[in-house]
Order: sequence, then structure tokens, then C-alpha cells
Amino acid sequence: MRNVYLDNNATTSIAPEVLEAMMPYLTELWGNPSSMHTFGGQVHTAIDRAREQVAAIINADPTEIIFTSCGSESDNMAIRGSVETVVGYPHIVTTRVEHAAVLATCQYFEKRGCPTTWLGVDAQGQLNLDELQQSLRHDTAIVSIMWANNETGLMFPIEQIAQIVKAAGKTFHTDTVQTVGKIPIDVRQIPIDMLAISGHKLHAPKGIGATYIRKGTRVNPLILGGHQEFGKRAGTENVPYIVGLGKACELAMKYMEEENTRVLAMRDRLEEGILRSCPDVRVNGDRKNRLPNTTNISFEYIEGESILLMLDDLGVAASSGSACTSGSLEPSHVMRAMGVPFTAAHGSIRFSLSRYNTDDDIDHVIKHIPSIVKRLRELSPFVPSQAK
Amino acid sequence: MWDYTDKVKDHFRNPRNVGTIPDADGVGEVGSLACGDALKLTFKLDEKKERIVDAKFQTFGCASAIASSSALTEIIKGMTLEQAAKVTNQDIAEFLGGLPEQKMHCSVMGREALEMAIENYKTGRTERKELEGRVVCTCFGVTENEIERVIRENSLSTVDEVTHYTKAGGGCGGCRGEIAEIIARVRGASVEEEKTKPAKKPLTNIQRIKLIEETIDSEIRPLLQQDGGDIELIDVEGPRVSVSLRGTCARCRMAEFTMKDVVQARLREFVTEDIIVEEVKP
Repeated sequence: MRNVYLDNNATTSIAPEVLEAMMPYLTELWGNPSSMHTFGGQVHTAIDRAREQVAAIINADPTEIIFTSCGSESDNMAIRGSVETVVGYPHIVTTRVEHAAVLATCQYFEKRGCPTTWLGVDAQGQLNLDELQQSLRHDTAIVSIMWANNETGLMFPIEQIAQIVKAAGKTFHTDTVQTVGKIPIDVRQIPIDMLAISGHKLHAPKGIGATYIRKGTRVNPLILGGHQEFGKRAGTENVPYIVGLGKACELAMKYMEEENTRVLAMRDRLEEGILRSCPDVRVNGDRKNRLPNTTNISFEYIEGESILLMLDDLGVAASSGSACTSGSLEPSHVMRAMGVPFTAAHGSIRFSLSRYNTDDDIDHVIKHIPSIVKRLRELSPFVPSQAK
Repeated sequence: MWDYTDKVKDHFRNPRNVGTIPDADGVGEVGSLACGDALKLTFKLDEKKERIVDAKFQTFGCASAIASSSALTEIIKGMTLEQAAKVTNQDIAEFLGGLPEQKMHCSVMGREALEMAIENYKTGRTERKELEGRVVCTCFGVTENEIERVIRENSLSTVDEVTHYTKAGGGCGGCRGEIAEIIARVRGASVEEEKTKPAKKPLTNIQRIKLIEETIDSEIRPLLQQDGGDIELIDVEGPRVSVSLRGTCARCRMAEFTMKDVVQARLREFVTEDIIVEEVKP
């Protein structure tokens, strides 16, 4: 059976070059980087190199990169670490469409008494920047706004947002788990104080992430008990995975151009193919400002899980914002925040590509999706008779 | 990925009896687009109007909703109306070799559609009786009657189970406390009925009160004190525990939430499941 993986915003395959770079550190080079002897020393050099590779992809200084266990830890670290530098109950600003790692952390502090502003989005998924400006208060400890949305691929105007936040003298964190490696990022150009990186979204393995913390930003560590990572994240370093993340960042820089040309063209072709061949479908979110690899399409009158399972039978992997796929009972919070009607939210499918996809993959989906949609619509009680 | 049985997958991939019967004797429509699943069931009776000779369905929903609907039509074909009236949601789930716990509401939807269709045949009604009565879960429009019924028929004992079976409490979560009270009431009544059932060794009154005190001291008070509040135990009468909030907690807008989600939840976890916490205003 064909294997067409179009769920790269969920996780990506490990690049062969990444695995190759990691292998020595899973076999002969097993020393502790903190040790005084050569066993440790050579491992320490590998970490330094990885730190440079990660720093390079966002144009940061290597000392501003802290390795973590995942993107969620990086988000937690930035928000918790900032709020906890303040005595009392500071104010937090975030949006309704963040990843759960940010949402849940902000909810946690809100429940404990920190006033929290939840910025909404319009039907296109975009923020109102005036609202952001007005939300900032003298006691705002952190503003956390994602760069690109994992479900729709929609990108917020992060440069403008960062400038608004910095003009007010506040700390700005952005969840860039979906963004790093897909579009160029330059923290020397954009006044971002902290951002989150996740290894497994850019062809490194799961279990490794990084936080960028601009020099001079006050952050309390989440994990105490050691001098590692400049005292900002204790614990013996996950050396092989750190090396893997470094290599993955190097590769992502190399393929950045391809991501924004070939991958983007495949995405557009997939989207247009579906829009052309299936009636009553819509693209969710602002199509102009999107990641090059993501499209989120709603198939009216049918439900996402059913579509996914039928795609799965054809070897196609995608994901859905429908209630049934999440284990919760309501459609995704992103779809709801955008006011996507229920008819469409339950039938939303996200296709997310990578540089490992081919034109054949796209042809396979375009060829088979109309019959899946037709079959499910025949089952549905909601289809107006002319749409069948 | 859901752990569906082969039978669920088969009925999803090859659903039986899809469509609508144009001159149906009974029509049952339940669910809505907003809820994320919906089922329209139609059936045709024989000439004597006794036995179901044909049944068809249309379903909007996930794989288990489609499979449950397909199973339902297979189950009821050939049944008399009396037999069909006795079909339960467990019958549908069993026919499919079981459903994931979180998907049991799909089988309940099947049973509801069947009841509606039978009711529709008998009385011409198009609204379910159970929609009458007080709505507990406003997110999914689930009434007290419906919740009581699934608790009884499926011997449910936790709020999460009720959510899996009816969706109630699965939206904003505002009604979870109330669902817990309905469970306590329904289960309380049924415990009375089946006294013979062996239970965990019951606590004596003294033991129970002591355990409540210990739980408050070690599990609850420290949490509240972190936020400048405190709690005092006033009285214990059967499952009812009266407490009073002090300090910042007493004036907090979140007090009701604290009561249900902190105080009551911890006491249920560490003492007994049936505890109902009541706040006594100082």
C-alpha cells in the first residue's frame, strides 16, 4: 500500500542525516559532558556545536539557546519562568488559539489569580492589534502569542506584534514550534525575547526541544539541581538528541528555500485540487499569511474522523479538528475561536507536508478524496439533496 | 487512534441499510450538527403492523456513530415492535464487539433514535419525551431525565462515564458538579435497593469524620492557604459535609469552583465517592 504522510505538523520523520549524526553518541561517545576527562570533553564539544547550529537557524547567539525536552517544556519554561520572577499576581496576555502547552499554562496561572487577557481572532484567524495594544498593563509580566498556528498554518504578523509589546517594555514570548525550519526567523531583526523550538517538528526525534532566551531576559528555571544549560535547566544533557536537533536545524536551513518553493507548490496544488473536485468545501484561515506546508480544509456535512479513517485505508495520514478525533466532545478551540460554523468545524481536515513528500503523494490524495467525500455524504442526513 | 473492533470497522466501511424509507412507519431523528453527530432512523412495518420488515439510517458522525447506526438497523430488522422497544445501548455496543468507553454515546444515540422512531409511529410525535424536563448540560442539551436513565441502565458511577455516554459535561464543564449530585442520588437510591451487594468495608462514623479531617488538613488546607484562604469543617451528616471558607477564599468569586473542584473532589478521592460538600456561610 502507498504510504502518504501528510501530518507533518503532528510529527515528522527523522532525517537519515540526523540519525547518522546521533549514532556515535548512542554508542561509543557516552561520556558525561560535565566530566573533567576526555570521555566527557569530546561530548561537551558536540553540545557546543549543536548549540551553534540551533542558534544559527534563528540568528541568535549560542549562549541564548537552552536545550529542553520538548516544545511544551519550552513554552512552559518561558511563561512560568517569567511569571514566577514577579512577586504577586502579574497580568498575562495570550490568545485563544494557542497550542495547549501555552493555553494550559496560562489557565493555570489565571486559576491561581493572575489576571489573563485572552485575545480573540476574526473569521480569518487574525488578531486585532489595537486590542493587543490596549490589553497591555503596567503589571503585564508576559505576552505569549504564537507565530504560526498548528491547525491552520496561519501566521500572525509577529514582527508588528513584537514591536508593540517591546514598545510597552514588556516581555514577549512566541511559540514557534511550527515555524522554525519552515520560514526564516531572525531574532536580531524582530524583538522576540523568548521562543520555543521542538525537535520532532523538523525531522529530529521526539524528546528534544530548545528555548531561545534573549540575553537580559529574566526567567526562573523550571528544573533545579545542576549548573547545566547556564543554570537555566538542570539535568544531565540528552546528548544524542541535542546533537540530532543541531543537525536537523542545519538541514532545515539548507532546505528552507525548497520548503518555500517546492513544498509550497505541492500544498497549493493539493488545495486547489480538492477545491476543484469536491463541492461544499472551504479553506479555514487567512490563505495569504500561512506556513508553506499547511492547509486546513473543511468538508461540509461530514465528520472528520470518518474522513481520516477512510484516508487511512488508502495509506494517507492527515489529522482533523473534529471533536471525535481529539477525545474531547467539541471541535478544536481554534476552529471555534475563528467562528467556523459547526457544519464545517466537525469536518475539518489538516494536511501538512514536508520536503519528503512528492508530487505522486499529492496526486494520490487528489485522485481519491472525491470518492471518500461522496461516500460519506451519501450517509449523511444533512446534505441538501442538490449537493449529493 | 481509536481502538475499534473489526466489527466496528466493518460496519463503518460497509454500512448496512443506508438511506431513508420514503413511506416509513416510524421516523426518529436525534442529535444535531452542533453536537457533532446525528442519526435519522426510518423503519417499515409488515402489513399487520407488528414486525419491522425494513430499517434504514443516515448518520453524520465518526466511525463508531456510523457503525452503531448500521448495527442498530441490523438488530431491529425482523423484530416485533415490543422486542425493538427493549433494545438497549448495550445491545448495540455488544453487537459490535464493544465500543471504546469514550464512544459509548454513539450507542446511546442509536437507542434514542429507535425509541423516537417507535414513539413517532405510535403517537406521531417528533420530539423525544426525555427532552422534556430540566436541561442539565446546556452545551449539548442533555436533560436530567436522560442522565438519570443512562446512569441506571449502565450502572455508571463517575462523571466522566456519564460524559462518555451522553456527552453531558463534555463542553464547558459547568454542570459536572450537578452530574455528580445526580449520580449520588440515583446510585444512592439503587444502593438502598441492592443492600446485599458486597461493598468496601464501610467506615464507622468516627473513622469517617477523622478521615475527612485528615484529608482537609493534609490535602485541602495547604492549597487554600497558598492563596491566603482557609477552610473550617463545620459538620458531617451522612455523605453531607458542611464546611466554611475563610480568608480570601470566603470572598473569592471562584468559591463555588473551589468547593466542587477542590474540596469535594479531594474528599471523594480520599474518603468516599458519595460525599457532597455544602458551604456554610459564616
